[in-house]
Amino acid sequence: MPEIRNMTLNFGPQHPAAHGVLRLILEMDGEVIERADPHIGLLHRATEKLAESKPFNQSIGYMDRLDYVSMMCNEHAYVMAIERLLGITPPVRAQYIRVMFDEITRVLNHLMWLGAHGLDIGAMTVFLYCFREREDLMDCYEAVSGTRMHATYYRPGGVYRDLPERMPQYEASKFRSAAEVKDLNANRQGSMLDFIEDFANRFPACVDEYETLLTDNRIWKQRTVDIGIVTPERALALGFTGPMLRGSGIAWDMRKKQPYEVYADLDFDIPVGTNGDCYDRYLVRIEEMRQSAHIIAQCVKWLKANPGPVIIDDHKLTPPTRGEMKGDMESLIHHFKLFTEGYCVPAGEVYAAVEHPKGEFGIWLVSDGANKPYRLKARAPGFAHLSAMNELATGHMLADVVAIIGTMDIVFGEIDR
Amino acid sequence: MNEWLLAQAPFLPPSVAAVMVILFKIVLIVAPLMGCVAYLTLAERKVIGYMQVRLGPNRVSLLGLDFLRGWGQPIADALKLMTKEIIVPSGANKFLFLAAPIIALAPALAAWAVVPFGAEMTLANINAGLLYILALTSLGVYGIIIAGWASNSKYAFLGAMRSAAQIVSYEIAMGFALVCVLVAAGSLNLGEIVEAQRGNVLTWFWLPLFPMWLIYFISGVAETNRAPFDVSEGESEIVAGFHVEYAGMAFALFFLAEYANMILIAGLTAVLFFGGWLSPLPASWGDWPFIGALVGDGIHWFLIKLSFFLFCFLWFRATFPRYRYDQIMRLGWKVFLPITIVWIVVTATAVVLELPPWFDRA
Repeated sequence: MPEIRNMTLNFGPQHPAAHGVLRLILEMDGEVIERADPHIGLLHRATEKLAESKPFNQSIGYMDRLDYVSMMCNEHAYVMAIERLLGITPPVRAQYIRVMFDEITRVLNHLMWLGAHGLDIGAMTVFLYCFREREDLMDCYEAVSGTRMHATYYRPGGVYRDLPERMPQYEASKFRSAAEVKDLNANRQGSMLDFIEDFANRFPACVDEYETLLTDNRIWKQRTVDIGIVTPERALALGFTGPMLRGSGIAWDMRKKQPYEVYADLDFDIPVGTNGDCYDRYLVRIEEMRQSAHIIAQCVKWLKANPGPVIIDDHKLTPPTRGEMKGDMESLIHHFKLFTEGYCVPAGEVYAAVEHPKGEFGIWLVSDGANKPYRLKARAPGFAHLSAMNELATGHMLADVVAIIGTMDIVFGEIDR
Repeated sequence: MNEWLLAQAPFLPPSVAAVMVILFKIVLIVAPLMGCVAYLTLAERKVIGYMQVRLGPNRVSLLGLDFLRGWGQPIADALKLMTKEIIVPSGANKFLFLAAPIIALAPALAAWAVVPFGAEMTLANINAGLLYILALTSLGVYGIIIAGWASNSKYAFLGAMRSAAQIVSYEIAMGFALVCVLVAAGSLNLGEIVEAQRGNVLTWFWLPLFPMWLIYFISGVAETNRAPFDVSEGESEIVAGFHVEYAGMAFALFFLAEYANMILIAGLTAVLFFGGWLSPLPASWGDWPFIGALVGDGIHWFLIKLSFFLFCFLWFRATFPRYRYDQIMRLGWKVFLPITIVWIVVTATAVVLELPPWFDRA
């Protein structure tokens, strides 16, 4: 009689639910997972090594490309690490702008996650609903930085420039009449802050709309409740952070526990789950979106009332304005030095972490006093989450693996770096 | 119609003429059906598109006309699929691999033979129509199993296993639902089942057999492997399931089979529970001049009802997440099967008691 063996299934890297380039070796008994072995490294771009050979500011753009759905949060950890080594503090307005864009990024990330998670479980309409709102936030990115994804907007000492006075507008085309375009542009007539304020006000209703499709849906609940349960103890032991940890009921959030920028002055809540299953993590992230909208509204209010500088006025670290450069020799020298050599950072090492949408994203930076890092290490939350794949998936069915990958909110840019 | 058609070719021997007439009728059914399938794909993309705040196909036009933008899409798709190479994976059983799409499509088309489009509009008005339908819809699963097996791919294999288990389970609930219909109508002939529902909207079988209607339609969605029961395709789990290795026309045949089955299930729901070609409006209105033909019974009512159920298929797909394979099994065996068995008893009792207004005419 032939020996009975488990079936080995090569799941990915070209798989619609692999969220990029995840390769899972699944050992299955029928449809039940016996062992799940994630293989990583297919998106390795040596970001950490590249950063060692460039002046500090030139690596900001690489940070965007780590977790490419929450771009500015990655930048934030990096510039915070540099600022701590330099011992500088950005102006308060810059801090508010950063917090506002961190939360915009959180909403962007969670919308992407919700859409992809829904799509994994087969609810495809949520995906497009989410992208409708994402589009508006992408426009905010574009308005402030000129690019929709990889913004490179934060700088050590502040942000690249102040918020613009106007939003990009839709234009009429063969497929979109002038009247439709007028409707689309209705909330883009004022400044960018007006647009964001409008967004923060209408966004909770959008979240309600996603929830009508999912939260009480019997199939959605059957697919997520009691799937991939993590106990609080295990979640801590596995190094979970962010919604993965809060879903298990531990109210750990860097914004509250180790407040950075102006989070201490803002009013928001930390949602936690009770069972630590996929459904709880879904609820946590949904509530986080609502809280983010609340934080954004507070930031908009403050920013409207308090104009001021958005970057420190130290031209050893930040470039002078174009106008100054044209008429002032010293400014020209500053500019030239800054964009060729960069600036030197005192020797030392620092770890700066932010509450990234996926968890604790940290940058450990070692400087030997040169104009580029001696060593840079990014702590990616997704890496710890993915490590728990085997533990979460064992005993579940193939379809649940997809739900678990979805609930982890995996992005390979940060895991492979 | 038969006599008229036979009279057109007096020079042919009668036996040949009879075959020609049947072939002509088959073409008359299959050609529009294929057209419907093609445009159902467009309708699906458009309907789901609008449900998902996007536009759907709007580029390929017909004859360069602006208002027909998007209407050329099915034709473009068909051309693309026809010119693509059919790749047979290494290690696949070539004969079975190529036979499977045909095995899947043939029953989906053959089942249309007994569907009554109107009072006298049936290709084969046989007395065991319902049984024939039941037999042919079960055959379709062989195409899927063979495709999954012959592909020599683990994803296809998983899809085939899921599909086989799912269709076998839902076949039972579906069969019992149909038993209720035949008990209520007292006939297996689809035309007579429609006639048994004559009266008004409330005498159609959807009301006395309400749970059976729901179960039949849901089982129908499951039988055609449509969302939320599309685990055998499960694009996010097993990529495309049983047809993951297929390309070109071989893939298109599976596609045609799935959509032909969808139309069939929608049509059967209309026939069995919604009075087929019967008009929902009062019968006396049918005597009105000019619009009487529209108001009265006719094929257009059948098509309207069919279209509504087709729309429901698309609606479900845009709304629901996908069930897990074991949850589908649980729903089939632990929920639908008991309900159908109970309702058979209820229906039988009602028929024996000649319960008005549905069963008092027997």
